[in-house]
Amino acid sequence: MADPMRIRAVLSGDKVEVKILIRHDMETGLRKDTEGKLIPPHFIKTLTAKYEDRLVLDTVMGIAVSKDPFLSFKFKGGEKGGKLSVTWVDNIGDTRTDAAIIS
Amino acid sequence: MNQSRRDVLRMTSVLGLGLAGSLFGSINVFAAEWMPKSFEAKSLQDAFKELGVDQYAVSSDVSIVSAEIAENGAVVPVSISSVIPKTEYMAILVEKNPSPLSVAFNIPEGTEAAVTTRVKMGETSNVYAVVKAEGKWFVASKEIKVTLGGCGG
Repeated sequence: MADPMRIRAVLSGDKVEVKILIRHDMETGLRKDTEGKLIPPHFIKTLTAKYEDRLVLDTVMGIAVSKDPFLSFKFKGGEKGGKLSVTWVDNIGDTRTDAAIIS
Repeated sequence: MNQSRRDVLRMTSVLGLGLAGSLFGSINVFAAEWMPKSFEAKSLQDAFKELGVDQYAVSSDVSIVSAEIAENGAVVPVSISSVIPKTEYMAILVEKNPSPLSVAFNIPEGTEAAVTTRVKMGETSNVYAVVKAEGKWFVASKEIKVTLGGCGG
């Protein structure tokens, strides 16, 4: 199972600002190892963020997203103490969900 | 990768999202099906075509914020935003990358149409922010210079 994501969700004014740092190699499939063999692609394809049951971001990624993807966005209507959860699925079917409480 | 392996991978990712969906209520599984053609398109024009961009307007209401020069092409922070009302979709394309479409966002109502992320750039290139609002497409672009390319290691 992959390493945990780091999620920060902070209410500022009427918006919750979310910053997510995900641990993932985001291997493009274009790199070669020391023996000259292609390293197979391994990258996050989709990521969704929800505030309680409400979808607040829906992302589709390709190989050109940097290793250890970073995302930052804002949404309205979130409250302190509410739950912000993030789920990603990668190209080999691995998946991970983490959550944070809005502060 | 041959087609049947691709299908297996896609099936697995849809199943994975489906499982996550059952734990969390309704998740938009639709996004997972989106991958193939637009992300595999090898040119800006083909990517636009696969995304369904039939025509677009260059708009100053769409912004790209980034450094002028990226020291490390493997990690280029880019912020894209749109003040066009009812922006529902935003994408970042790097023209000179092997596959220009890098990342795309569905923006639900209540979420600000402004996202920051980090992309890989193989070389100096125009970077495009493509935005869809009420069925219409809007585009902004900016050249980002790259001193050390970041696609092929």
